[in-house]
Amino acid sequence: MTRYMLSVHSVEGEVREPMSPEDMQHSWQQIGILEAEMKSSGAWLFSGRLHEPETATVVRVANGEILTTDGPFAEAREHLGGFYIINAEDLDAALALASKVTRVIGAPIEVRPFADFADEPKG
Amino acid sequence: MAGIDEAAMGRIFRDNSGRSVATLIRVFGDIDVAEDAVQEAYAVALSKWARDGPPPNPGGWITTTARKRAIDRLRRESRERELLGRMAVSSLGNDDHDIPEETGPVQDDRLRLIFTCCHPALSTEAQVALTLRLLGGLSTEEVARSFLLAEPTMAQRLVRAKHKIKAARIPYRVPADHELPDRLRAVLSVVYLIYNAGLNSPTERGLCAEAIRLGRLLSTLMPDEPEVAGLLALLVLTEARRASRIRADGSLVVLGEQDRSRWDRTAIEEGQRIVRWCLRRNQPGPYQLQAAINAVHADAATVEDTDWSQIVALYDQLLAVAPTPVVALNRAVAIGEAHGPEAALALVHELDLENYYPFHATRADLLRRLGRESEAAAAYARAAALAPTDAERDFLRRGGRGHRP
Repeated sequence: MTRYMLSVHSVEGEVREPMSPEDMQHSWQQIGILEAEMKSSGAWLFSGRLHEPETATVVRVANGEILTTDGPFAEAREHLGGFYIINAEDLDAALALASKVTRVIGAPIEVRPFADFADEPKG
Repeated sequence: MAGIDEAAMGRIFRDNSGRSVATLIRVFGDIDVAEDAVQEAYAVALSKWARDGPPPNPGGWITTTARKRAIDRLRRESRERELLGRMAVSSLGNDDHDIPEETGPVQDDRLRLIFTCCHPALSTEAQVALTLRLLGGLSTEEVARSFLLAEPTMAQRLVRAKHKIKAARIPYRVPADHELPDRLRAVLSVVYLIYNAGLNSPTERGLCAEAIRLGRLLSTLMPDEPEVAGLLALLVLTEARRASRIRADGSLVVLGEQDRSRWDRTAIEEGQRIVRWCLRRNQPGPYQLQAAINAVHADAATVEDTDWSQIVALYDQLLAVAPTPVVALNRAVAIGEAHGPEAALALVHELDLENYYPFHATRADLLRRLGRESEAAAAYARAAALAPTDAERDFLRRGGRGHRP
């Protein structure tokens, strides 16, 4: 088993077709069904949805002091909107789950393996 | 017993290393371990066989020796508990037995390997490099040279790709039926890319031979897939005409002006035989249709003898399964031969291929045939400005005759 993070990316300011309340409810239902499926198969480890990037705060060490600043770390237009942490047999299994999620939520998903000490690059 | 020279050794390596590497990857679950062990086994073989001559089954000997070397090395590095634990159960405890050759599971290893190398999670460049390195047995330096890259750059690309396979756990298996059509398309496109890299480079003809070898391997491993057969037929038929396609000075000869007596009849017969097999299967796909178009060209003793209406019919089918502007352009060329330049020009003008030089070359040719000389000259100039190689530019500056092959 390998642990993967499926991160859901949202593009700032991207105008999306507004969903009708019925569509919204349908979409939430689909996500609920999918998460229940992931939990019962043992794939689901953790998941969460994040508030908008404006709610973020960054701390860093500058000249030996902690500096706290408002706003997201990356000045990119794309931000992490939420994530799943899953267990999967291999990349194909992880991609199959990610494909289901992206179909339901309509945003691209990055699939990335967690590192452990055994698989650091050699060269 | 007669010894063996380095050239013969090189051939044995090319013919067998992919199979040995594929088997060892399955046994040890690690690409680097497999590659290193196979390299080591060949180094041993080089000195041993130079003295004693090769064993009756060189490939089997290499696989067995490589496996022993790998186990020795893993023990030496005292990683055996971790890595030997991952070995397939069947391979434990029989170190001294030969691995059976040419049986189902052994062939499946190479098929697994090509699907891993061409996994869509890897970039196309990485897919091509891994396929040539692991299945083709090319050295990193040879792969680098094929794509005009410095060896460290290519080495880095291979290291990254292998690291991704391991870290992201790209599986080592033939995809399930429902995934197979998509995944097979990626594999076929890698083989086709390798062939075209060889076709378009005056120095790397070896890539054409390598692509055909991979095509043959795939059609042995997947004998029921019509598109696999179609790709092989397309490569064999293109290869049959390669010698007549380029002049001694490197410039291109268009199909209409090629010396057809230089076409390789044996290869053409093989290609046409495969095309007929595909027709009987009646599951047309893009490679089969392109092969069929080539087969019709190969049938004609002169360009005038070509069955253009048959070619137009095949392009109609190709456009239905692969509706791209480039296919539409080639179809227009065939229409130009079957129904005259006027009809073709009307079709060409509907296409949005402003930056594709064959678009301008085709327009130029059609305009010239319609006697619209100054428009033709302008189109040739535009084509020449966009042409990727000196040979193509020269051809177009001469106001190329005939159409593109």
